[in-house]
Amino acid sequence: MKIHEYQAKEILRRFGVATPRGLPCFTLDEALAAGRELGGPVWVVKAQIHAGGRGKGGGVKVARTLDEVKQHARAILGMRLVTHQTGPEGRVVKRLLIEEGADIRTELYIGMVVDRSSQRVVLMASSEGGIDIEEVAASTPEKIHKLAIDPVKGLTTDQAADMAHKIGIPDAALPQAAELLRSLYRAFDETDASLAEINPLILSGDHRVMALDAKMNFDDNALFRHPEIVALRDLDEEDPAEIEASKFDLSYISLDGNIGCLVNGAGLAMATMDIIKLYGGAPANFLDVGGGATTEKVTEAFKIMLRNRNVQAILVNIFGGIMKCDVIAHGVVEAARQVKLAVPLVVRLEGTNVDLGKQILAGSGLPIISAGNMADAAQKVVTAVRGRG
Amino acid sequence: MAILINQNTRVITQGITGKTGQFHTRACAAYANGKNCFVAGVTPGKGGQAFEGIPIYNTVADAKAASAATVSVIYVPPPYAAAAIDEAVDAGIDLVICITEGIPVRDMIRTRYRMRATKTILVGPNCPGVITPDEIKVGIMPGHIHRRGPVGVVSRSGTLTYEAVGQLMEQGLGQSTCVGIGGDPVNGLKHLDVMKMFNEDPQTEAVIMVGEIGGSDEEECARWVKDNMRKPVVGFIAGVTAPPGKRMGHAGAIISGGKGTAAEKLAVMEECGIAITRNPAEIGKLARSVLR
Repeated sequence: MKIHEYQAKEILRRFGVATPRGLPCFTLDEALAAGRELGGPVWVVKAQIHAGGRGKGGGVKVARTLDEVKQHARAILGMRLVTHQTGPEGRVVKRLLIEEGADIRTELYIGMVVDRSSQRVVLMASSEGGIDIEEVAASTPEKIHKLAIDPVKGLTTDQAADMAHKIGIPDAALPQAAELLRSLYRAFDETDASLAEINPLILSGDHRVMALDAKMNFDDNALFRHPEIVALRDLDEEDPAEIEASKFDLSYISLDGNIGCLVNGAGLAMATMDIIKLYGGAPANFLDVGGGATTEKVTEAFKIMLRNRNVQAILVNIFGGIMKCDVIAHGVVEAARQVKLAVPLVVRLEGTNVDLGKQILAGSGLPIISAGNMADAAQKVVTAVRGRG
Repeated sequence: MAILINQNTRVITQGITGKTGQFHTRACAAYANGKNCFVAGVTPGKGGQAFEGIPIYNTVADAKAASAATVSVIYVPPPYAAAAIDEAVDAGIDLVICITEGIPVRDMIRTRYRMRATKTILVGPNCPGVITPDEIKVGIMPGHIHRRGPVGVVSRSGTLTYEAVGQLMEQGLGQSTCVGIGGDPVNGLKHLDVMKMFNEDPQTEAVIMVGEIGGSDEEECARWVKDNMRKPVVGFIAGVTAPPGKRMGHAGAIISGGKGTAAEKLAVMEECGIAITRNPAEIGKLARSVLR
């Protein structure tokens, strides 16, 4: 799960990470009030969306008067902000963060992620902050320092100070920087984060370190024990189709193509998308119905897929194990009837009770195109789409 | 021969009285030699009871002492599943197969840390389990699609593994052992660990390796294969069409920071002499061709 910058900063402050003073705003009036309360003389007006690259897209502006705060807030609130992470359609800005300006001497980078190979949380730090860290990693990997953190001992003061030293923090600021790193790790650990990034971490003229930006993502598997994090979810930032799917325990992701896919299992769902592409088509979605699909679930899955107006054909690919093919066949027939399916439907069933499943499809009276295997299914669905074009 | 489990393996089921545990214990006991293999169950507070003739104990230690089982399979719900692994490790179980999907990563980091100094092997979590066809199945895969034979299978996916097995059967090829290592970022056995076992297994003549986007485990395995593997390996990676930054169902299936793409994995595998296919419908045929 993702949250906004202002929410991440609130969490980090609770754990002792220094940040500029700031206030979230949803309206122009609130923005102005926030500007007054913060007092100036310099303010920063920041668009709050779940995507990086906001500055380049015009979503971050510096103000030197309250009038400018108002002007910038008016310009940014409601704008369609396009960044390299939003896709070409961009994201409408509905929230702002108004912050006091900071005295920036140096911009640094710190981040934490779960590292698969060491099976630990890894601290990454670099003297090259304020820019895309992926660019730094690609062009000058030696400038990124990494440390795998012992899950029992945590990040020690010595380790933290050593890392701070490596990224060029002067001796005068080392104790505070080390404490900030330790606070960041405690925040990461105690909230079940999956990613925490401070980019930039700044060093001010009076030798203090501070989080000028903050990003935190959380492990979906752990949200059950963090109602305080769940409360920060902003549904405006999520795809409505994905939200709807999650209500029915369906794993759905919208894509650009025109062939809807309904598959059981994440790996097989990806492979199905791949084979559609291989035969010259384009998948409209990833959809994993999971292991225990019922008629209701399959029907909802059809509705969600068909809400996408680009969909010109549907491919159902089921390898029945625990899930029996006859149950799925009933579900598909029922769903096709309920949604009054008007696009071609190709169904490939394999596994437990496959013959019974195929009989049900054939006897339904619906124009379902049956496929013998994955390649056959992909070819048939691609042909069906071409026939409509 | 096969790897990890065979007809002489004795298994404890942790979480045997839950709905999932009951359903799959019944199916596993009914498969091949399963009736003799599934010898004990664990559910705290239900010690002394039995599930369809399988005695239930309060702890893994009790179950192990009473049954001499060396393997456990876990169906415990996600909030308690990592603690269930810890308990099995502490009881000295040799092989723990954790089926549970949705365990917090933080719990798995701690569990894997505790396991460093032990000899316990973990498969999973979030996996279909392990099957040595016609001998024993420990997990949730459909037993009837498998037959004993020369091909080892290692995979991060569930149903995609069944797909690969289905294609092998069309080619008349059975399997030595199929290992589902699971789709989570912090897990037990990796492709590489299982590949090493298949290399030493006399029954296994070729290996199918099924991967997914995310991480670099497949690449690490491929590099080892290049220098050490004495048997042909066939590879497929799911997710060529997956967009970066989107998690594709499995917790580990995500392309992040430009790393872990299917194209990159396939390129490394090909460089390392693995027979790859970009067509998931061709896995079985490819396995047949490398065995000739």
